[in-house]
Amino acid sequence: MTSNAWMQLILYFAVLGLLAKPLGWYMARVYLGQPCCGMERVFGWLERSIYRVANIDERHEMGWRQYAVAVLLFNAVGFFAVYALLRLQGMLPLNPQQFAACTPDLAFNTAASFATNTNWQSYAGETTLSYLSQMLGLTVQNFVSAASGMAVLVALIRGLTRRTTATIGNFWFDLVRSTLYILLPLSIVVALLLVSQGVIQNFRPYATVNVLQPTVASDGTKGETQTLALGPAASQIAIKQLGTNGGGFFNVNSAHPFENPTPISNFVELLSILLIAAALCYTFGVMVGDTRQGWALLAAMYVIIVPLTVFTAWQEQNGVPAYTALSVDQTAHVDQPGGNMEGKETRFGIVNSALWASATTAASNGSVNAMHDSFTPLGGLVPMWLIQLGEIVFGGVGSGLYGMLMFVIVAVFIAGLMVGRTPEYLGKKIEAYEMKMASLVILIPPLVVLVGTAIAVIGPGLDYAAGNEIKSNLNNPGAHGFSEVLYAFSSAGNNNGSAFAGLTTNEPFNNLALGLAMLAARYWLMIPTLAIAGSLARKKFTPPSAGTLPTHRPLFVAMVVGTILLVGALTFVPALALGPIVEHLQMIAAS
Amino acid sequence: MFSLLRPTIVVFLALSLVTGVAYPLLVTGVAQLIFPRQANGSLIEANGRVVGSDLIGQQFDDAKYFWPRPSATSPAYNAAASTGSNLGPTNPAQLDAVRTRTDAVRKANPTQHGPVPVDLVTASGSGLDPHISPAAALYQVDRVARARGVDAHRVRELVTQHIEGRTFGVLGEPRVNVLRLNLALDSLK
Repeated sequence: MTSNAWMQLILYFAVLGLLAKPLGWYMARVYLGQPCCGMERVFGWLERSIYRVANIDERHEMGWRQYAVAVLLFNAVGFFAVYALLRLQGMLPLNPQQFAACTPDLAFNTAASFATNTNWQSYAGETTLSYLSQMLGLTVQNFVSAASGMAVLVALIRGLTRRTTATIGNFWFDLVRSTLYILLPLSIVVALLLVSQGVIQNFRPYATVNVLQPTVASDGTKGETQTLALGPAASQIAIKQLGTNGGGFFNVNSAHPFENPTPISNFVELLSILLIAAALCYTFGVMVGDTRQGWALLAAMYVIIVPLTVFTAWQEQNGVPAYTALSVDQTAHVDQPGGNMEGKETRFGIVNSALWASATTAASNGSVNAMHDSFTPLGGLVPMWLIQLGEIVFGGVGSGLYGMLMFVIVAVFIAGLMVGRTPEYLGKKIEAYEMKMASLVILIPPLVVLVGTAIAVIGPGLDYAAGNEIKSNLNNPGAHGFSEVLYAFSSAGNNNGSAFAGLTTNEPFNNLALGLAMLAARYWLMIPTLAIAGSLARKKFTPPSAGTLPTHRPLFVAMVVGTILLVGALTFVPALALGPIVEHLQMIAAS
Repeated sequence: MFSLLRPTIVVFLALSLVTGVAYPLLVTGVAQLIFPRQANGSLIEANGRVVGSDLIGQQFDDAKYFWPRPSATSPAYNAAASTGSNLGPTNPAQLDAVRTRTDAVRKANPTQHGPVPVDLVTASGSGLDPHISPAAALYQVDRVARARGVDAHRVRELVTQHIEGRTFGVLGEPRVNVLRLNLALDSLK
């Protein structure tokens, strides 16, 4: 790797770390109902009018069951609204390209995808969705699905900090404030920054330009013009990055020059992927009254993501031996980045593509600026494994940290077993009920991923849709084809949304199976998490004693990282061995 | 449950209006006011007509123009349907494609004897990459100069002028905008 590659990586992780504290401090004020730097003067009237019209008393406290019902109901309404919009888009306005209604299975998949903060793209933005669907369907869900995740996290934190009470806060308060005070202002700033770099934002029909050199294709068709897809992209891209959504305005997501035109736009979008998730660690620290606890969690995330990012960049920079054998120059020098450039953009080169790949899969973002399907086998293993770790290394906004806290509970429990004491975390005893719920949260995604993949590859002949087998949906043969399927179910089963995009997913079986996987992975985790919040809130505070394990020290960070990596490795190494690892050995053997 | 219905529906509608209507309209309004060129696609006008966008590549296969990267869209550089190839590095189809492209590039640039810059024979992620690496541009200088009957020196100088360095010397990669370079070639006297 070049010295510039190291500099770009260090710069990114340093800026991210520096922003975590101020934003985290601000978000804590939002959730504690304290003054928010004047933001309430801009949006306060709106917040209050929403409560008034909706007949909400935002001071009314909810128990965990009521909180969960509110989350689910609200998400269900969002799901049906997106489904309806996509099915009706043909007869709705703001559809200059006159796209027809989406098929029922595509509409189901996309609605599930956006309600669950996954943003799996079975649709191809510029060829299937009207501007209205993008705005009123997808952009809205980008905001509220992210805000739902943040709300559940805040409820869990309240469970940890409150003593002997039955309530964990008010969902509407958490939801509305997340949206108005955090996501909306940040999105406006990011969107305008992106437009300044060339990300488009308009309501024009697609433009036709006369190309400089007319071409004649091999089949004799003449190409004298080029049609440029346009639309209100920047506003959606800002929130799709910030809210760890990831669903692109265009088919190729942030590899598209209109979605991510310059190194600066790339840096801003990259930063937006991990920004809120990183800052929430600090928010957590503030809310539990000990910021060291938040820093410890952020440190655990850094310990996992940094080496994996460097490993991916190194693999991609090494390139593909077979290309070199064909007399292709993959070395990095002053005039070119070199490396495996298939599926990558020149302006981003190797290091920014690798950095994005690990950031977007560590977070449950799932946007891409390079095609993961064309990565080297081990370069592509890293993003897949980061997803399979459960989307907790940063993870989705809110959902990542509550998933991480489940691993913390397990780590505390294991540590407690080792020394023979009742485990406790932040003064709360961790008992059988919490362990059962935490185990559910940790075990459901692997179950969905592995069983889903197995059904897809061996299924009953799988003669869904016109006698197709999964094989006919693959873009690559052999081990790499298996990786495509495994990646798809990993992505859906952990609400990531990125893909080895060669797999044809817009057909009934995949739309349905992946849609169900996304729903399971989102809500089957939210409910046990809220149950833990409720159970912890009821408990007494146990003051720390000489035998209490401090949870902010490097030793504990190592325990958490160890637990995460052990669960992730034991669960997925067999499956990964059949995909990327075999492919890597084949690639080496062939050279 | 029923007591939650009204809050659910009102909050959903209100947040939809704020984030799905007001927010995109506000951003559009401000963007069109401050950055009208960028917001509308960074279009390039030459001789009174729109010839393309700064950000979207175009297909070139004439010897007298610099060639862009291979594109996986259909047809090449179809800016209404972006896509990458999504071919893996061990896929025989991918190796065939790289071999065919490498042969074609070498044949078209017979004065070059070194290995071919990788970006010239691999498809970009979007299929619309407007750039090639400086190495890929320099590789084509002799061919373009000969096809135009211009001194290779002048073409090389033009390429050098069109190299965009890393932002702030750090971010991104050095690159050459192919359409801009070819437009400059056409106005070379």
